[in-house]
Amino acid sequence: MPGSTRASAMSRSERRGRRALWAAAAVIAALVLLALLGPEASPYSYSALDWRHLSIPPGLTAAHWLGTDSLGRDLYVRTLYGLRVSLTIGVLSSAVSLLIGIAWGAVAGWVGGRLDAWMMRMVDVLYSLPYLFIVLVLAALFGRGNVTVLLLAIGAVGWLTLARVVRAQTLSLKRREFIEAARATGLSAPQVVWRHVLPNLAGTVVVYATLLVPQMIIYESFLSFLGLGVEPPRASLGSLINSGARQMLTAPWLLLVPAAVLIVLLLSFNLLGDGLRDVLDPTGR
Amino acid sequence: MSSIRPDGERPGAAPGAPEALLRIEALRVRFAGSGGAAPVDGLTLTVAPGECLGVVGESGAGKSLSFLAALGLAPEGAEVSGRVRLGPLDVLGCRERELDRIRGARVGFVFQDPMTSLTPHLTIGAQLAEPIARHCGLGRRAARERARALLEQVRLGDAARRMGQYPHELSGGMRQRVMIAIALACEPELLIADEPTTALDVTLQAQILALLAQFKRERRMALVLITHDFGAVAGVADRVAVMRAGRLIESGPVASVLKRPEDPYTRELLRAASEPPAPARAGGHASDASPAGAPVLSVSDLTVRFTHAAGLLRRRSFAALEAVSLTLSAGGSLGVVGESGCGKSTLTRAALRLIRAERGRVLWLGSDVSGLTARRLRGMRRELQLIFQDPLASLDPRLTVERLVGEPLEIHHGELAPDARRERVHAMLARVGLEAALYQRRAHELSGGQCQRVGIARAMVLEPRVLVCDEPLSALDVRAQRQIRLLLAGLRGERGTSLLFVSHDLSLVRHLCERALVLYLGRMVELGPTAALLDRPLHPYTRQLIDAIALPDPDVQPARLAKVSLGEPAAPLERPGGCAFRSRCPQATPLCAERAPPWVAAGADRWVACHHFREWADGMLPE
Amino acid sequence: MLGYALRRIAGIVPVLLILLTVSFFVIRLAPGGPFAAGRALSGRARAELERVYGLDRPLAVQYGHYLLALAHGDLGPSYSMRDDTVAGLIAAGLPVSATLGAAALVLAVLSGVPLGVRAALRRGGALDRFLAAFAALTLALPSFVTGPLLALVFGLWLRWLPVAGWQPDTPRDLILPAVTLALPLSASIARLMRASLLEVLNASYIRTARARGLGRARVLWHHALRPALVPVVSYLGPAATYLVTGSLVVETVFQLPGTGRYLVEGAIDRDYTLVMGMVLVYGTLTLLANLAADLLHAWLDPRVRHEPL
Repeated sequence: MPGSTRASAMSRSERRGRRALWAAAAVIAALVLLALLGPEASPYSYSALDWRHLSIPPGLTAAHWLGTDSLGRDLYVRTLYGLRVSLTIGVLSSAVSLLIGIAWGAVAGWVGGRLDAWMMRMVDVLYSLPYLFIVLVLAALFGRGNVTVLLLAIGAVGWLTLARVVRAQTLSLKRREFIEAARATGLSAPQVVWRHVLPNLAGTVVVYATLLVPQMIIYESFLSFLGLGVEPPRASLGSLINSGARQMLTAPWLLLVPAAVLIVLLLSFNLLGDGLRDVLDPTGR
Repeated sequence: MSSIRPDGERPGAAPGAPEALLRIEALRVRFAGSGGAAPVDGLTLTVAPGECLGVVGESGAGKSLSFLAALGLAPEGAEVSGRVRLGPLDVLGCRERELDRIRGARVGFVFQDPMTSLTPHLTIGAQLAEPIARHCGLGRRAARERARALLEQVRLGDAARRMGQYPHELSGGMRQRVMIAIALACEPELLIADEPTTALDVTLQAQILALLAQFKRERRMALVLITHDFGAVAGVADRVAVMRAGRLIESGPVASVLKRPEDPYTRELLRAASEPPAPARAGGHASDASPAGAPVLSVSDLTVRFTHAAGLLRRRSFAALEAVSLTLSAGGSLGVVGESGCGKSTLTRAALRLIRAERGRVLWLGSDVSGLTARRLRGMRRELQLIFQDPLASLDPRLTVERLVGEPLEIHHGELAPDARRERVHAMLARVGLEAALYQRRAHELSGGQCQRVGIARAMVLEPRVLVCDEPLSALDVRAQRQIRLLLAGLRGERGTSLLFVSHDLSLVRHLCERALVLYLGRMVELGPTAALLDRPLHPYTRQLIDAIALPDPDVQPARLAKVSLGEPAAPLERPGGCAFRSRCPQATPLCAERAPPWVAAGADRWVACHHFREWADGMLPE
Repeated sequence: MLGYALRRIAGIVPVLLILLTVSFFVIRLAPGGPFAAGRALSGRARAELERVYGLDRPLAVQYGHYLLALAHGDLGPSYSMRDDTVAGLIAAGLPVSATLGAAALVLAVLSGVPLGVRAALRRGGALDRFLAAFAALTLALPSFVTGPLLALVFGLWLRWLPVAGWQPDTPRDLILPAVTLALPLSASIARLMRASLLEVLNASYIRTARARGLGRARVLWHHALRPALVPVVSYLGPAATYLVTGSLVVETVFQLPGTGRYLVEGAIDRDYTLVMGMVLVYGTLTLLANLAADLLHAWLDPRVRHEPL
């Protein structure tokens, strides 16, 4: 039996994968904790101006250990605050995407036939459009600085891939014999979906949700970078990187610190998602 | 009869004879990093020029891997050691470049799955001409000419047109012919056929084997036939090698190994393969089940059409099942037989109302199934359980054995306390022969036979009136097949369950069913008591199915194989008008093209749909 | 094949029309207008401007006029840059953006495909491990981070390449922007190529081809590469979408005079015709790219060609 050998022996690369998975999870947990507690634990506020310390470079002994920006705001607090905003928007808009994507994909896959054909045709068309571009226009038109609009607009982009994946999974599950076996045993359609379809979908959904969060964070940062996201004095990682990039000649730390946090965050989420895929969804490899 | 051997014993081809064409010595294959046993563990055997060696064993015995590794085709990560000589040449010592001059030129290969073994984006002609141009040094035009001739030799009709087609445009049987043509392209001294017929229908299996036997005879080419089927070996091989767990268990001339096996394992395999059919009888209280007994399930005039998208808006439809009727009586058993695409699986699903029928009625205990309320339908499903073809796929991968078997009880007997339920589940699991150690495992941790036992336990735990089996044995090894067959027969005897058994293989049906129905392209062609049907078939298609059964008897099988027609049958989707079978019927007359034959009674409990059943059945049969 | 192509091309027109229609009305739903308050215009001047541009008429009439003009190839005047027409602005900016996008695409394909093939053939080798790390890193590096970082390192610290700006006929200006844009694309293509080639090399038809004694090189080039390219080709559609959005960031970071800035600025200024022009241009581009991907797919795989659409 092809499956029986896999369960017993774990190869070296698999063990390495598990370690990366745990490391990524630990980093994410640490970043979340920092974002939640860091700004409150610091004597500075994200918007407080310190006129005596303008554009101070980082230094372990200085009052502001990651330095300040040109208005004297503490970079450590601002970065953590930006991280909090980026994480919140990333997670919430992922949830929006997840809801739309699962519902769309599961309905199309389970009902099938003509409804499925039209629903997927729509996804195809949306896919072939520069969708983020349109979101950009919408954000510019309606929601400059409006976080709710931002959230919905970003969430509306992410569901397409998930809808496709969920549909494909539902479809292949529907054709699997054990679903037919369940129906033949006498389970009603809702019972089949609840007991056999959804639990078998869960792994895939968890994996894609994990990979969706960094995607959403990128979109949010991207909009903020273009000046369409959160407005000053509030900050997200994207807007911090934007203002840092403008001053990189005189104060490179303003670019490097938020960029490093963003990179570590995205890297950890991607590693977590890939690792979970290997564990939960061996067919996706 | 036994004197009609196509190729007599070859006294000079004894093992170890100096003239051996292929000599494998102490071959070992291991996979780096895996701690388990070596899949091929010290194999030694020889193949003489012009002889056919049948290599037999169950899946996982290392049969295919041995020969792939011997010619440098082992999968990545395999460590191969030992000695392999092709004539005087040391094969394992060869570099890839030298191996490429042997493979395809001196040694040809035919693989198991014709559906995936041809490159999808190249035409048949291009793939055939490739090795010819490379190994025989012919120019483009000459290579294509030779390729066309080869396609004709493997009896692929319309060879010129096939040259320009892609693999996906051909049926499985056609692709296997193309594979054989490619393997034979450069007139190899040795052909290695790795389960060449396993993925094919019974009638096609016989044709492909007959074709291989013919080439071996005419070209005096050595043939290694790797198979799990003793019938195939009996028909074609001169010598047999039996393998188990990477080792050679027994080898010798086909007649002596098949008739007087020495190793107990070989004996067990042979017994499983060649058991004479016990007269199928329902046991228990329904032992005298006659077709006139109270009907449990009856189907009349059932028609199912499938539509498939031919565009975004256009749809095309074809009848998977047309005007099929049958009756299953209490305690009775009925086999439904036919090739893939004959509609036999559709029949079971329509009868259970898992798919909708276009026309016709299904009566369950006298009431029409299509009118059942959701609750009555559940009641019916409790009493009418299904066993599936693929035992692994039919079990939810997340659930343990205990929960899988407990689920039907949860659904239908919610009143049972968890303890009582577990007790019933354990009793059932013990009855199907599963040890308690397996109860907490999941499907992928079980063997195929164990999975099928779980499937049977899940079906029988509700004590149904009717058990519907959809090819429950075809995914299993010979020994597991026999065990499951005996288990089914035993359960049926104890509980008086009626049985509807679907299979492509008449030889399986005869063990389990009193009556059999033969389907061809969705229509009934013959119905009657299984024994009578096998003794004296009335329809030419039934006759072909019987002829295609490979008997593991080296005295008779070669002669039976020699009679098989080699031509390619019509594709199932292009059903001809009139009698659907006429394109494959040797006795077809103009009348058959004109009208579809009526379904008529032909003696005691026998029915047939053939214009000429009287004439040809009387004229053809020796008795 | 030709019929398939023609049917697919015909399918683009309605999608584009729907896109334009939706954009047309959505833009006008947004609060404010091109000549709204805060732009130092008196009420009368504003009314006058709106009359000149036809913005005082009913929406349906405006829509009809727009489509009519579009049918004649006229994209209308720009409301915010009143000396220019939309077509003129696009004609000035598109060559820059198109050069950037094309350069990035070529760079990504030429680096990604060989990298992926090589990594698949030497699985677990040094190059394969490098690819894994490279891919993980670039996928965590959005272009608005890579861009400034590359500019910082190669422009400011090492002073090898210009940090920003664009002079005609100086390809050096394009190196950093094109590399920024190509990096994640190259990593994705290499990863896809590696995975799909590994899968194809495991297929039984590859074993059959080897069993025919065709030789490693021929098996790879003739039997494995074409089917392995299918996922890469299918990825060209999403890649085009990525290039379009990515070019926007890169043009901002490196201050290139491309068309990207028109979109955001146009939307903020409520320059209706300019936004519409941009939607038209980028919509057509991505739809054509998706179409090209599908046609290439059909060419690579005969099974697709025979499928009814």
